[in-house]
Amino acid sequence: MRTILFILQKEFIQIFRNKTMLPIIFIVPLVQLMVLSYTATFEIKNVNLFIVDQDSSPSSRDLASKFKGSPFFTVVDFSVSYTVAEEALINNKTDQILQIPPGFEKEIISDKKSSLHVTTNAINGSAASLMNAYALSIIKDYNSNIIVEQLGLRQPPDPIRISSAFWYNPELNYFTYMVPGILVLLVTVISVFLSALNIVREKEIGTIEQINVTPIRKYQFILGKLIPFWIIALSELAFGLILAKLMFDIPMLGSLGLIFFVASVYLLVALGLGLLISTLTNTQQQSMFLTYFFMIIFILMSGLFTPVQSMPEWAQWMNKLNLIAYFIDVMRMILLKGSAFSDISRQFFSLLALAILLNALAVWRYRKVA
Amino acid sequence: MKGFIIKEFYHIFRDVRTMVILFGMPVVQVLIFGFAISTEIKDAKIAILDYSRDNMSLELSNKIISSDYFILSEILEDENQIETVFKAGKIKEVIIFGDNFARNLQKEQNASIQIIADASDPNTANLLVNYTTGIIRNYMTEKMGKQSMPIEINTEYKMLFNPEIKSVFMFVPGIITILLMLVSAMMTSISIAREKELGTMEVLLVSPLKPIQIVVGKVIPYVVLSFVNAITILLLAFFVFGMPVQGSVILLLAESLLFIIMALALGVFISTVSNSQQTAMMISMFALMLPTILLSGFIFPIENMPEVLQWLCNLMPTKWFIIIVKDIMLKGVGLAHIWQETFIITGMTALFIGLSVRKFKIRLE
Repeated sequence: MRTILFILQKEFIQIFRNKTMLPIIFIVPLVQLMVLSYTATFEIKNVNLFIVDQDSSPSSRDLASKFKGSPFFTVVDFSVSYTVAEEALINNKTDQILQIPPGFEKEIISDKKSSLHVTTNAINGSAASLMNAYALSIIKDYNSNIIVEQLGLRQPPDPIRISSAFWYNPELNYFTYMVPGILVLLVTVISVFLSALNIVREKEIGTIEQINVTPIRKYQFILGKLIPFWIIALSELAFGLILAKLMFDIPMLGSLGLIFFVASVYLLVALGLGLLISTLTNTQQQSMFLTYFFMIIFILMSGLFTPVQSMPEWAQWMNKLNLIAYFIDVMRMILLKGSAFSDISRQFFSLLALAILLNALAVWRYRKVA
Repeated sequence: MKGFIIKEFYHIFRDVRTMVILFGMPVVQVLIFGFAISTEIKDAKIAILDYSRDNMSLELSNKIISSDYFILSEILEDENQIETVFKAGKIKEVIIFGDNFARNLQKEQNASIQIIADASDPNTANLLVNYTTGIIRNYMTEKMGKQSMPIEINTEYKMLFNPEIKSVFMFVPGIITILLMLVSAMMTSISIAREKELGTMEVLLVSPLKPIQIVVGKVIPYVVLSFVNAITILLLAFFVFGMPVQGSVILLLAESLLFIIMALALGVFISTVSNSQQTAMMISMFALMLPTILLSGFIFPIENMPEVLQWLCNLMPTKWFIIIVKDIMLKGVGLAHIWQETFIITGMTALFIGLSVRKFKIRLE
C-alpha cells in the first residue's frame, strides 16, 4: 500500500509540475463544453431565400410577403431570372430558390390549379429536407387562405384529432440533449489520452527501466498510474456538471450519486483502454495515433450526433464494445429522464465487464523486462 | 538535404503500426461514415397503448408498424406504464388510441390519437412525430376518400447537387479535411517535438543543415503521405458511394496540396511553442480535433450557430477547405468561384510560416 502511495505522489508531482499541461487538462475541456454545446444543433433557424417572381401579380407578391414575414426565412434577393438565382445558389449566397412561374395568378383564377418551383441546395440532405418542409407549410397556408378568400370555403376539421406531446424536453431544447453527451466526450478524451501517453512516455524517455529494476509490482505500478487520472477525470466531470447546470440549465432528474457511481466504473474502462494502448506501443507518436483512430470511431458511432437505432445491424453490434455509447446513454437517461439503477443495469454491467477485460489485458501485456 | 529527407522517410516507413493506421484509417472512416452514420431515422422502437382494440385501430397500428421507420416493441395496458418504458430507454415513442376509435371515426368523424415522444433527443422525437402524423393522415385520406382541394397549388421540388439526398455527400469533404489536418498538422508537430524531447534536435541544429532545411525535410514525407490519403478517400467515395467530382480533378488536388501545406505550417508552429510531445499532442488534440469536427460545418451547419461562434468558425481553416471541396466536387465550379476561400487559406499558410520562423529557436535553453 505504501508503495502505491509513493507512486501516486510521484505521478501527482509530475502532473502538477507541467505548467503547459495543467490548463489543457483543466480549463480547455470546460471552455470547450461551453463553446461546442452551442455549435451542435441540427435546428435550422434561418433559411436564405431567393425569390424569382416571373408573374409579378398581386397574388405572387402576396405569396412573397408571406415568406418575408416568416421567422424561418430571410429573403436575400429578388429577380425575374432563374439563372441569376441559380448563380446565387452556387455562390452560397442563398440556400433555396422559390420560383413563381408566369401565369401563376391567372391559372389560380381560371384553372383553380397552379404550380410553384422550389430549388434547394441539397448537399446537406437533412437540412434540405427541413427547408422544404418549412417552404411547404407556408405554401399550404397560403393555399388555404386563397380558398377562403376566393371561394369563401372553410376546410372541414380532420376526422382524427392528432395531438402530440414531447416528454422530458417539451421545448425541444437541443442543449438538453447535447450538453450531457459533450461532457462525456471531454472526460473520455482527457482520460484515454492521458493514460495512453503515460507509460509509453516513460518507455520512450527510458525512465521505465528505473522503475522496472525497483521491487514495485506490476499491479502497484498500474494502479499508481491509474488513480491520479481517475481522480482528475472525476473532478472534471463534477465541474462539467456544475457548469451544465449553471450555464445551460440542464435538468437533473435522477440521482447524481448514481452518475458518479457509474462514472467511476466508466473511467476505469477509459483508463484501461489508454493503458492497454500504452503497453502495446513504443513511442508516444504511435500511441497517440492509435488512440486517435479508436476515439474518432467511438465518438462518431456513439450516438452523440446521429441516432444509434438507425445504424445497420453490424454497426449496432460493434457498438457493444463502444464505451462512449454506454456512458452517453446512461448520462442522458439519468439526467434527463431520472432513470434508476434498474433501468441502466445493462449498460452498467457491460461497462463493468469491459473494465475488467481491458485492465486485465493491460496488466498482462505490461512486461517488466524491456 | 536529400539524405535528410531519406532519413525522415525511413523513420516513418519503418514504423509499421503507424503506417497501417495511417493508411487504414481513411478507408475505415469513409466506410463507417458512408454505411453507418446517417441522420435519417429507421427502425425506431415504439409502444402502442390501444384503448379501443377494434378493427380500425388495429389496421392503423399495422400500417404504422409496417413502415420502415418503426418497430413495435411493446404493447401497453395503461398510461402508468409509459413513464416506465421511457425510463428504461429503449422506446422512443408511444402511440395512444382513444376509446371507441372505429365508431368515433365512422359515425362522428371525431376519433383521437395521442402521440407521446421521448424528447430527451429532440431531433429524433420531432421526426418521429412527423412520420407518425404523416402515416395517420394517409390512412385518413384512404378511408375518407381523397378530398380534393377546390384550388390547388402544386409545388415541385428540385434537390440541387445531391438529388438522392445521400448523407455521404455531406460527410466525405469533412472526412478528407479531418484526415489531412490530422496527418499533416498533428504528425509534424509531434515529430518535431519528439526530436526536441529526445535531444536529437541538438544534433540536427549543429549539423550544416539550415533550420529551414530541417523543417522542409521534416515536412516533405508528410506532404506525400497526406496526398496519398486524400486520393484514397476520393477513389473510395467515387467507387463505393458514387460520389462524383463534377469540377476539375486537377484543381481539387491543387487545393488539397495548398491545404496540406497550410496544415503542415500549423503543425510546425505548434511544435515551436511546445516542448514535449505530450504538450504538442494535447494542443493539436484540443485545438484541432473537436473544433475541426464541430466548428467547420462538417456535421452541423454553421449558419445556425450564434453570431460569435460564426466568427470563430471563420478562423478555422477547415471551414474554408470544406467549402472548397464541396464546391468543386458537387457544384462543379472553377477557380473563379472559390478564389476568396483559396486566398484565405493562402493567407493563413503565410501567417503560420511567418510565426514559425519567428518562433523557431536555433539554440536550446
